[in-house]
Amino acid sequence: MRRDRTVVLVGVILAALLAGGPFLPQWAMFIVTIAFAQGLVALGLMLLLRAGLISFGQALYYCLGAYAAGALGRFVGIGDILVQMLAGALAAGTAAFILGFLLAKYRGIFFGLLSLALSMILYGLLVKNEALGSTDGFNILPSTLFGIRPGPDWVRYTVMASAAVVSLALALIVHRYLRTPLGRLAPAIKDNEIRVEYMGASARYAVHVKYVIAAVLAGVGGALAATTVGHIDPDMAFWTTSGEFIFVTILAGTGNVIAPFAGAFIYGAIRTTAYDLSPNTWQLSLGTALLLIIVFLPEGLWSLFKRHARHS
Amino acid sequence: MDQLLSVAVDGIIYSAWLFTAALGLTLIYGVMKIVNVTHGSFYALGAYAAASITGAWLAHGYPPMLSYVVLLVSAVVVTLVVAPLIERGILRFMYAKDEVVILLITYALFLILEDVIKLVWGVNPYFVAEPYALLGSFSVGGLAYPTYNLILVALALVAGLGLMWLLHSTRVGKLLVAVIHDPEVSRAMGINVHRYYLTTFTFGSLLAALAGAFTAPTVSVVPGLGVEIIVLSFAVVVIGGLGSLPGAALGAVIVGVVRSFSVHYMPQVELFVIYFVMAMVLAFRPRGLFSLAEPRKI
Repeated sequence: MRRDRTVVLVGVILAALLAGGPFLPQWAMFIVTIAFAQGLVALGLMLLLRAGLISFGQALYYCLGAYAAGALGRFVGIGDILVQMLAGALAAGTAAFILGFLLAKYRGIFFGLLSLALSMILYGLLVKNEALGSTDGFNILPSTLFGIRPGPDWVRYTVMASAAVVSLALALIVHRYLRTPLGRLAPAIKDNEIRVEYMGASARYAVHVKYVIAAVLAGVGGALAATTVGHIDPDMAFWTTSGEFIFVTILAGTGNVIAPFAGAFIYGAIRTTAYDLSPNTWQLSLGTALLLIIVFLPEGLWSLFKRHARHS
Repeated sequence: MDQLLSVAVDGIIYSAWLFTAALGLTLIYGVMKIVNVTHGSFYALGAYAAASITGAWLAHGYPPMLSYVVLLVSAVVVTLVVAPLIERGILRFMYAKDEVVILLITYALFLILEDVIKLVWGVNPYFVAEPYALLGSFSVGGLAYPTYNLILVALALVAGLGLMWLLHSTRVGKLLVAVIHDPEVSRAMGINVHRYYLTTFTFGSLLAALAGAFTAPTVSVVPGLGVEIIVLSFAVVVIGGLGSLPGAALGAVIVGVVRSFSVHYMPQVELFVIYFVMAMVLAFRPRGLFSLAEPRKI
């Protein structure tokens, strides 16, 4: 039995980012922070995917988190990064808790389609809402941390550091969760739900819990993206945004809680370079990558890493 | 009263358009169990092909009355090139996979096709307004409507009734129903199931391309057409029941009328109501309004 190296890995990544952060150029810090935001959403999708569920509407919670963070600045005047993330988590978690009673019964494409419909409802509400800037959205207050506003050169680093600490802490919590009986139920639900019920466990309850966790993660991710970009708009709830998250999740695979973050970072890197090289064909490269991974690496990029580890 | 009348006329036109756009999606799901995201790409392909070819036709000074035939032919041509390529080249190797995985594969193909369209046609908008204006207009209750809209209604009727007739009254259709119910036994009985899949995929995609081609004169053809239509089609098809033809008709009418009402009376909820209806139907009848028993009928 190999020792669990995830905790060590998380510590190393965190230390490297905190220590190396000040030497990174601003744009690199931006990419890393966005990767954390998207990685959180993908981490949630990974939990659902382990149970065989694909949500085509996770952008709902991403957008809710972003708008919760934005509303906090717009109506209350709070721009603290941590408070924003907390607000995002609460908004998304509450919504998911309520909607979960409905969604936990659904499997397969019906789960995907219902979550798609729900995210499009939010999109439809936001594009016509004048108070929230309709299609244009609105700007977010400049980020502060514990009431201190970092100097202009340090804003990116502050946001990135907070993102790293919070995201990796959440990743470790999910890592622990995956080892609890409830967490271990996921593959069982995917394989044979009837047997899960015969064992005395409730598949519906397990899915509901996963759904809420996934939404909380997406809410935090949304708040983080909002404060990083400085602007939010209804497109954050559109189905193409959900599609991006699914892409990241499939790319990463379900092998480890670090995988979604690595996947999000690779996604950001592919997207940035492909977009630079030829702005009209970056979706072509993404689509091809997705197709190749589904066919040749159904367990995602992380499975490459695992196979390598087993051989050595 | 006049406003109710215009709500009704708008609703009919919009429903007809939606029905043509969504019909192929339900056909392909009904036969192949594929939730086909590339449906949106074929809609866009049809629109682009129609706009560019019809535009060239009119620019050469050929008879404008024939431009309607050109719209039709360009949709057929572009589908016959692309759809078999996708089905034979990629999809047929994926049939054994899970429904959700095939959905992701069609999503990947959708992303690829989005950019292929940009590579072929560029990113600048195309306009072919002539066919839209050519037929003049008719008036209902004092409001003028372009006569072109009647073509959309006729297209929906022909497509829907034609497909019904094809499925229920022809040999090919009856064989197809056998394939839907049990591909395995059909194969044992000597039906070439793979050929039916190829035909169904091409025909379903053709319906999307036709909807795109006949929409092209009413809009500016720009990148992103497919992104918009695919969620709308999902809403229509899911409301009626995936894989059901009468269901698609019902879904189109519900979405069309609901949207038309909200546009006239409460424009701020226009998008919201469509997806709200979709969510409500999924909540209470997940398999849609028109699905009765497990072995699907089309």
